[in-house]
Amino acid sequence: MKALSLGLLALFVASTAHAVEYTTVLPKQSRVDFEFRQMGVPVKGGFKRFVSQMAFDPAKPEAARAQIEIDLASIDAGSSEADEEAAGKLWFNRSAYPKATFASSAVRALGNDRYEMRGTLTLKGRSRELVVPVHFVPGKTAATFDGSFVLKRLDFGIGEGMWADVATVANEVRVSFRIAATGK
Amino acid sequence: MPDRYTPPAIVLHWLVAVLIFVAFPLGVYMHELPLSPWKLQLYSYHKWIGVTIFLLVGLRLAWRATHVPPPLPDGIAAWQRRASAIVHGLLYVLMLAIPLSGWLMSSAKGFQTVWFGIVPLPDLVEKNRELGDLLAGVHQALNFTLLVLVILHVAAALQHHFIERQPFLQRMGPGGKAKVSA
Repeated sequence: MKALSLGLLALFVASTAHAVEYTTVLPKQSRVDFEFRQMGVPVKGGFKRFVSQMAFDPAKPEAARAQIEIDLASIDAGSSEADEEAAGKLWFNRSAYPKATFASSAVRALGNDRYEMRGTLTLKGRSRELVVPVHFVPGKTAATFDGSFVLKRLDFGIGEGMWADVATVANEVRVSFRIAATGK
Repeated sequence: MPDRYTPPAIVLHWLVAVLIFVAFPLGVYMHELPLSPWKLQLYSYHKWIGVTIFLLVGLRLAWRATHVPPPLPDGIAAWQRRASAIVHGLLYVLMLAIPLSGWLMSSAKGFQTVWFGIVPLPDLVEKNRELGDLLAGVHQALNFTLLVLVILHVAAALQHHFIERQPFLQRMGPGGKAKVSA
């Protein structure tokens, strides 16, 4: 009887542990960075402010959803000169489009804590479908969701006019992120 | 005694001189420009030239260490010989220190130097805004020191040749055979 109740208790604990759904994003432990090439020189940058919501239950990955809204004014484009330039009409046109958003539409489990997230990235008034690989790393206090993908800046009209020349500033921009979240 | 430098020394001297005469005004011009692809291109060219100068000056020093330069003409005063040695020494120091300071500044400002867009140079310092600004000041000060020394260097050569009427310019000049002084 005692063994049975212990067994039931163990089962209960295991099932609740398994049922953790990650819903609270920890902004301080999360980051959104990017890297691009300028005259063959790798330049790193990132965004300091973004708001992200998510719900992810490892037991039901297909029900997962995530969205992020990035404050484009928080850009670090590699230098203060580039930060100012990035706000202008040719780049993000920040006064008209202050935010970049991504919203997931479907999540697929690939095995080994790896997932594929489809969604729509909206930047400068243009929306594009993206497939983003995500690596789920469970942790003691928080889990992290890591990934990186390459987007083409010209798909979103980022760097128009004289900046459209991809020989100087490459079209490809690697975006990498880490979203840390806790669950209940 | 030979009165000319060896042909490799002469070629290297003028090659480095031409590159400095391109890189210096380029540096002065480009840093005032508003950000544009043109500016980014000019910065890259400036850095590529700087790395090239650094390497060529390394070659020059190796050549200089293994080849005796032609002696100065007899009529040149002792103080001028000393001054000449000091200025030549400083020119070599600056021709190495200036590209080096530019390379370090570039790293401190967060832009790796990639020679001709192909050969990446290691970043010897981390990205650091204060250090970047400091090195920009150092780079500029060294360059204006170089400008003063180059003016002295050219003025001295012209003075020996045209005012003292010593056969001087052919020491570093083109031409196969050494001219005999009149």
